[in-house]
Amino acid sequence: MIRIISILTGLFFTAALLWSLTLDTIQLSKDGLPHTVEKAYVNHHLKDLKLKSDGIFGKFDKAQLKRGFEVYQGVCASCHSMGQVSYRSLAALGYSETEVKAIAAKATVSAKDPLTGEIKDRPGQPSDKFPKVIYAGVGNPPDLSLITKARHGGAAYVYSLLTGYEAQQPAALLKEFPDAKTGENMHYNPYFANLNIAMAPPLASDDLVTYTDGTKATKDQMAQDVAAFLVWTAEPELEQRHQTGLWWVLFMLFATVLGYMSYRNIWAEKKGH
Amino acid sequence: MSFPWSKQYTPSHPVMTWLDEKLPLPRLVYNAVGGGYEVPRNLNYFWNFGFLAGFCLVIQIVTGVILAMHYGGDTSVAFNSTEHIMRDVNWGWMLRYGHANGAAAFFAVIYLHIFRGFYYGSYKAPREMIWLLGVVIFLLMMATAFMGYVLPWGQMSYWAAQVITGLFSSIPLVGDPLREWLLGGFAPGNATLNRFFSLHFLLPFVILGVVILHIWSLHIPGSSNPTGVEVKSESDTVPFHPYYTAKDGWTVGLFMVIYSLFVFYMPNALGHPDNYIPANPMQTPAHIVPEWYFWPFYAILRSFTQNFLIFDAKLLGVLAMFAAILVWFFLPWLDKSPVRSATYRPLYRKFFWLLVVDVLILGYLGKAPAEQPYVLISQLATMYYFLHFLVIVPIVSSIERPDPLPFSITESVLGSDGAAKLTTTKS
Repeated sequence: MIRIISILTGLFFTAALLWSLTLDTIQLSKDGLPHTVEKAYVNHHLKDLKLKSDGIFGKFDKAQLKRGFEVYQGVCASCHSMGQVSYRSLAALGYSETEVKAIAAKATVSAKDPLTGEIKDRPGQPSDKFPKVIYAGVGNPPDLSLITKARHGGAAYVYSLLTGYEAQQPAALLKEFPDAKTGENMHYNPYFANLNIAMAPPLASDDLVTYTDGTKATKDQMAQDVAAFLVWTAEPELEQRHQTGLWWVLFMLFATVLGYMSYRNIWAEKKGH
Repeated sequence: MSFPWSKQYTPSHPVMTWLDEKLPLPRLVYNAVGGGYEVPRNLNYFWNFGFLAGFCLVIQIVTGVILAMHYGGDTSVAFNSTEHIMRDVNWGWMLRYGHANGAAAFFAVIYLHIFRGFYYGSYKAPREMIWLLGVVIFLLMMATAFMGYVLPWGQMSYWAAQVITGLFSSIPLVGDPLREWLLGGFAPGNATLNRFFSLHFLLPFVILGVVILHIWSLHIPGSSNPTGVEVKSESDTVPFHPYYTAKDGWTVGLFMVIYSLFVFYMPNALGHPDNYIPANPMQTPAHIVPEWYFWPFYAILRSFTQNFLIFDAKLLGVLAMFAAILVWFFLPWLDKSPVRSATYRPLYRKFFWLLVVDVLILGYLGKAPAEQPYVLISQLATMYYFLHFLVIVPIVSSIERPDPLPFSITESVLGSDGAAKLTTTKS
């Protein structure tokens, strides 16, 4: 009985699926395979970006992170928040305590006055997080703290996006998808998910910042540095993770080998081959 | 199972004698995972995944309880408290990455454990209860994993809650009120997050309880084995300790190496980037995709695209998705072949491997966007999935001619069994 019910149930699902399959095939023969602008024109082959933090032994290049932070402060921070990062953690970039205090003090933080209980503006302190940037223009600049973890491709995506703006849309694109035409106040960027991005090219020219370490601030250099910096803001634990992991995995390998040897030893007589 | 030759617990210290009289806990452990539990000697490495699954459950409970000490189950703080764990809590990143990848590892291990059961007929009499409890555990795991995924309150968390609770609204008449009751509102919100947190904390302990029942019912008939031939004599078994503690022990090490490589070196490889974007009810992600361990079921859900007879397409998808797992409950009665192991079932074995390929294809399609040609392929793959369990398995089990079985476990290991020779000479 149960087998008869089972076979009937199986045939019911099969019939329902065949019905869907038939109607969908008819539809497909009319429409053809979907041809979307995302598939045809969004560039998923990101530019190659090599960072010192890559790989099992990867460590941050502190000089690069500092430069990246200078780019963030000088360029990105006018529109983008970085709300998960606190000033005190900048010490990891090699800033001294006094330097961190000085950086924090440049920011204005709105906080409760401990004496009066009023919400007041005061200079930032190392314990504060980066304050929220209120952006008044068109578009919705995302918080950058986690951006390299929140996009496919991570740092390479950030780097590609920043350096990937193109002045002209391909003629074929406009012919095929007239809707994809870059609108007013929008900018064409083949690395962006729908090709047209509200953000104007942020690194449009060289020397937008003056690096304290004297490195020449080319567009490409700034893009690389800020991408490296954003890896740090997203994964400040990266170095500790890599180092701990190395010892931990080596220890586990050693324990596994010992475990395997004792297993062989215990079973030596039992297998009976 | 206690065989006549099973060893008995003998306390070696007066304190243990005292304890054994009052509360025979050491005896219980001895009989469950110690020298008192006799196990077939021929288990292959596919039998290690039960122990590993238990180990994963422990990892999840330990990391999860500590994470809960630092997490805030409120929509205004959930995302930031997760980042607080990642940045400010000592070793918080290790706990969270360990927990998220631990869930993936748990599912990987469980899938191998389940497919071991399909191949070796572990669900067959007298082990039906073990199987039924196992399916219950799997269902609880799915619920727990889903609710855990909602907790960080990222974009994928929010939209997963939206999609999965939305499934219930396809139920006729009661659907919409049921969905609102589950969510505690008209859309996922604070009430939803709070109850998911509560249940996500509760369910692992329910799983632990069912795991104990699962092991208890296992110890009635004893473990199955790759030949599917029942234990006949003392030479067929070895005590669990030290033989299987040693074998399970070293694979725990191997498991830890692979798991740790994920936790320390590719902690986000299995996750979706969108979940690092805070939940935003006003912005639907381009592709809503569950974690990899739900992909095959997601593909089944989406393969029903057209209304059929009186059934709404969405309802059919939901029914099929749940049926895809519920059908496992009936497996012990659908497969009536008296031979357990597929090693001796040439026809069933072919269909088993077809099922493996089919589920892998469904997994790939569950990740793919809901567009052609993926939908057509998933319709065919879903069709095979149901035909396999509901039609092919019952029919194959009645028409198949199995290969000859070995006389005993001992014979299958050593090539000959003294007990077998004795019987043949006598007759």
